[in-house]
Amino acid sequence: MWEMIVSELTQAMGDLARGFAHILPRIIVVVIMALVGWVVAYLAKVILRSILRLIKFDRLSENAGASQLLTKAALPSATDLLCRFVFWLAWLGFILLGVRVLGIVGLQEQIAKFFLFLPRLFVALLIMFFGLLLATFLARAALLAAVNANFPSPRLLSVSVRTIIIIFVLSMAFEEVGVAEQTMLVAFGVAFGAMMLGLAIAFGTGGKELAQQFLEKRFVHGRKDDGKEDELSPL
Amino acid sequence: MAETSFLTDDFLGQLISVGEVDILVGVPTHNNAKTISSIVETIQAGILTFFPRERAAIINADGGSRDGTRQLVMSAAIGDAQSRSKLYALRTLRSISTEYASSPASGAALRTILAAAELLRAKACAVISPESTQITPDWLAALLRPIYAETFDLVLPTYRRHRFDGILLTNLLYPMTRALYGLEIREPSALEFAFSGRLGSQFLAQNAWHEETAQVGSEIQFTLAAIAGGYRICQSFLGAKEHVGRHSADLVPAMRQTVGALFSSLEPNFSVWNAKTGSQPIPTTGAEQEFSLEPLRINRKRLREMFSVGVAELESVFQSILSPSTLGELQRIAALEEDSFSYSAELWVKTVYEFAAAYRKSVISRDHIIQALAPLFRGRAFTFLVENRNGSAANVEDDIEALCLEFERLKPYLLKIWNGRE
Repeated sequence: MWEMIVSELTQAMGDLARGFAHILPRIIVVVIMALVGWVVAYLAKVILRSILRLIKFDRLSENAGASQLLTKAALPSATDLLCRFVFWLAWLGFILLGVRVLGIVGLQEQIAKFFLFLPRLFVALLIMFFGLLLATFLARAALLAAVNANFPSPRLLSVSVRTIIIIFVLSMAFEEVGVAEQTMLVAFGVAFGAMMLGLAIAFGTGGKELAQQFLEKRFVHGRKDDGKEDELSPL
Repeated sequence: MAETSFLTDDFLGQLISVGEVDILVGVPTHNNAKTISSIVETIQAGILTFFPRERAAIINADGGSRDGTRQLVMSAAIGDAQSRSKLYALRTLRSISTEYASSPASGAALRTILAAAELLRAKACAVISPESTQITPDWLAALLRPIYAETFDLVLPTYRRHRFDGILLTNLLYPMTRALYGLEIREPSALEFAFSGRLGSQFLAQNAWHEETAQVGSEIQFTLAAIAGGYRICQSFLGAKEHVGRHSADLVPAMRQTVGALFSSLEPNFSVWNAKTGSQPIPTTGAEQEFSLEPLRINRKRLREMFSVGVAELESVFQSILSPSTLGELQRIAALEEDSFSYSAELWVKTVYEFAAAYRKSVISRDHIIQALAPLFRGRAFTFLVENRNGSAANVEDDIEALCLEFERLKPYLLKIWNGRE
């Protein structure tokens, strides 16, 4: 009886040792991949940081209004954030490649999916960044035009332009990464439609006189010069 | 010789048929049917009266008029002018019209006229605005003679204006150009001017016409190019000035055309203006500037309101452009009552210089920087109107002179912020 137990234990230990001996090189490969990945990721981070500083990415981010958002959220600068993102992405990529060598069934498929997802995530981030840039630019353009045209509530107009563009950009980004596509599409349609309806009702009821003045000024010639004031030529 | 491939074959053919000329008069147009006939007739009368022995041509560069402007130019026959004035040209006087584009652009129009002048080897060229309804034949002599007979390279006009006409000119363009470049040029962005063939050819060859900045404000750029190139510049008094079709609502486009062009020229011309101190008068024929004093009904309250609204609404934009002290001071005066409101010369000059430095650094879109200056200019215009409400022509002149000296005094401040030390 005792001999049988010893024999089974010895066989089990032998199997374990063989299994460990079988998997050890793979674990070493994973560790090496992780180390190499860290070096590559670190180099990528350093190079990217230099490039971003060279093209004054922080200034671009400031102009886009992204820096203000990051500051409010107590996050580091846009350059720092992007560098960290690339570092972790590259390192994680190498680690996952290493893990793939272990040959764990099911994990390989998930890793492949992750790598297929990365380009879409990158495109979504690009859409977000340039969308924010566009939203800030157009909101400022609307604000300046409204102020110089003596339009009532210029800031409201500017915020509306910014909000519409951000909603549009968010729906595009979510669609790109495939998160709640239908929900986002419907939400965008509802939000945009509600906003336009609200603006139309507000203009129709609250801005009747303004609309009348605008239309008169635009289409009824002859009423413009009532002889009340002289015009000043700036040049 | 500069590239002329942008000229149409038809236009080139017409130019070749003219041959060489001594005098060329360019008229850039766009939907000017109301005024163009009388202006072309006056130009013809001016040439017949003052340059009867010279070979002359009138070039109309049109930006896609749809009201028959070009046809009116072509139909303004020289015979009519001769029978009216009882004067006869001893040499040829041809009128040529070309459409340089389907939409107007002052840079493209000037380029067309410059290229025509170079191809025709014109000795003296004048550009006349189609909006100058008060033009007389004397204008041609006043503009062209200093070039043709006295070897000047650029003749700029001075006018008799209403004391409140051209406030952008008197409160920004003239004093800033004078302070930076050291020459007392009253109309740096004039729509009427004359130039020598060599200055025209140099500007045609050196200007980066493909760039967007070359397409706007070409008049002021032309003046600045003449200053930077060390050409001989003088002024001629033309008479009363009243342009049709210009209103206060045109402020932002006017600022793009002039202030934008002035700001954009500062960087390439830095070596020309950075060491200059003070200013000198330039040779002037006739009065340097005259002011008429008829009463005007101007809505000053609206100007101040638009200033205050602008300062409040554009705070985030100004934070990118102005120093905290200047912005703080603007916010302080924006809150003042109309009676106690004053946008001082010192604050105005600092504002303009900080805008110029921000424009150079492109802290935000350059066009947005120019647009953001417009509400602040309205505040300065309000102060100028109030200060000179009951002023004589001499008082107005003194006020403008004091502002010019303030621009000169604070020039070191511009140099300081230009190099990013503040």
